[in-house]
Amino acid sequence: MAKVKMTKKSLKIDMAAMCDVSFLLLTFFVMTSTARLPEPVEVNTPASTVQIKLPDTGIATITVADERAYFGAVGQDTRVLMLEKMGSRYGLTFSEQEKQRFSLIESFGVDISELRGLIALDGADRMKPGVQKGIVLDSTSTQLADWIKSAREANAQLLAEKDVPKKERRDLDIAIKGDADEDYPTIKKVIDILQKEGKNNFFLVTGLRGEDF
Amino acid sequence: MAELNTAPKGDGKKVRSKKQNPSVDLTAMVDLAFLLITFFILTTTLSKPQSMDLAMPDKDERDKEPQTETPAWRTLTVVLGEDDKIAYYVGSLENPQEGGEPKLTSYGKNGIRQVILDKSKEVRARVTNPEKESLVILIKPSDKSNYKNFVDILDEMAITQEKRYAVMDMTDEDVQMLIEKGAYSE
Repeated sequence: MAKVKMTKKSLKIDMAAMCDVSFLLLTFFVMTSTARLPEPVEVNTPASTVQIKLPDTGIATITVADERAYFGAVGQDTRVLMLEKMGSRYGLTFSEQEKQRFSLIESFGVDISELRGLIALDGADRMKPGVQKGIVLDSTSTQLADWIKSAREANAQLLAEKDVPKKERRDLDIAIKGDADEDYPTIKKVIDILQKEGKNNFFLVTGLRGEDF
Repeated sequence: MAELNTAPKGDGKKVRSKKQNPSVDLTAMVDLAFLLITFFILTTTLSKPQSMDLAMPDKDERDKEPQTETPAWRTLTVVLGEDDKIAYYVGSLENPQEGGEPKLTSYGKNGIRQVILDKSKEVRARVTNPEKESLVILIKPSDKSNYKNFVDILDEMAITQEKRYAVMDMTDEDVQMLIEKGAYSE
């Protein structure tokens, strides 16, 4: 009787190919991901079943928390231009360095008089609680409306400079990101400001909810 | 004098260079790579927020354009009160339609959604052109309601696929009605 020979198999698997693939994927995800910068205020958005993704570009977000608003526009060029326009509205001039620093701030919530101080602060100090108290929302203050106006103008000007065909020039989208527990009158104030600016169509940022709600 | 000793020592065995295994164990590296991949996948796809559309009527033109009259029985008014309570009525508050007197309900599947679906079905059965003459829903959030309530009711509009709805300011009569129903406290 012939002896059944057990073929000795190596326990080791060649990991090289797997390693290649995984690093390829890793590189892809690192390149495509955008770093999420900390926001001046954390809000807990309400959930909805509607699933429309927010556009990536040409959008400004108004965060509403504790009866105050925080404003942020997407795009560094937009932010610089927005700051220039806002400066000319309030008779403030900003240096090149300040503009450059401001272009890195994703969203902010301070009175225009304190803006220069905020720009001078370090990134980490800006996010400390109490530093950014928010933009006041009452009938006497038009700051939020002016920021919206400036951002829309900046957006339109940039699109014109880039020679985007007239038909494809999209007006700046506005998204409202409100806290679930925020009282409706506060949200109403923001909506009123937007409507006064002739912006009747906007997004409400929500979380995801299951179908069986 | 120093002498180079090239001759094999001892019993004449060949000196063999030790064969080294050229493959490196990559398991740990793969582990790490997959860990990082997982991290990046989760942070990129989960951070993108969802949103819903909201269109408000144009403020300036509202006064100029003639308002189209909607029969009272086709309008459902939904008033958002405090503590997640909702009141609804059909027609006007002073003169509600039969069976459309103000009632309290709650959010969600068994609350306001059922009300909207029932009313919508009723309207569709009565009109000749269901496309054009559909139910009109007026949403009136009170000062005591919160943003979550507002998003919830807009979500109901999306779920029930009602296209004709408008967000309005509420009137003093609505407040009075809410107080009577116990869904508003001053």
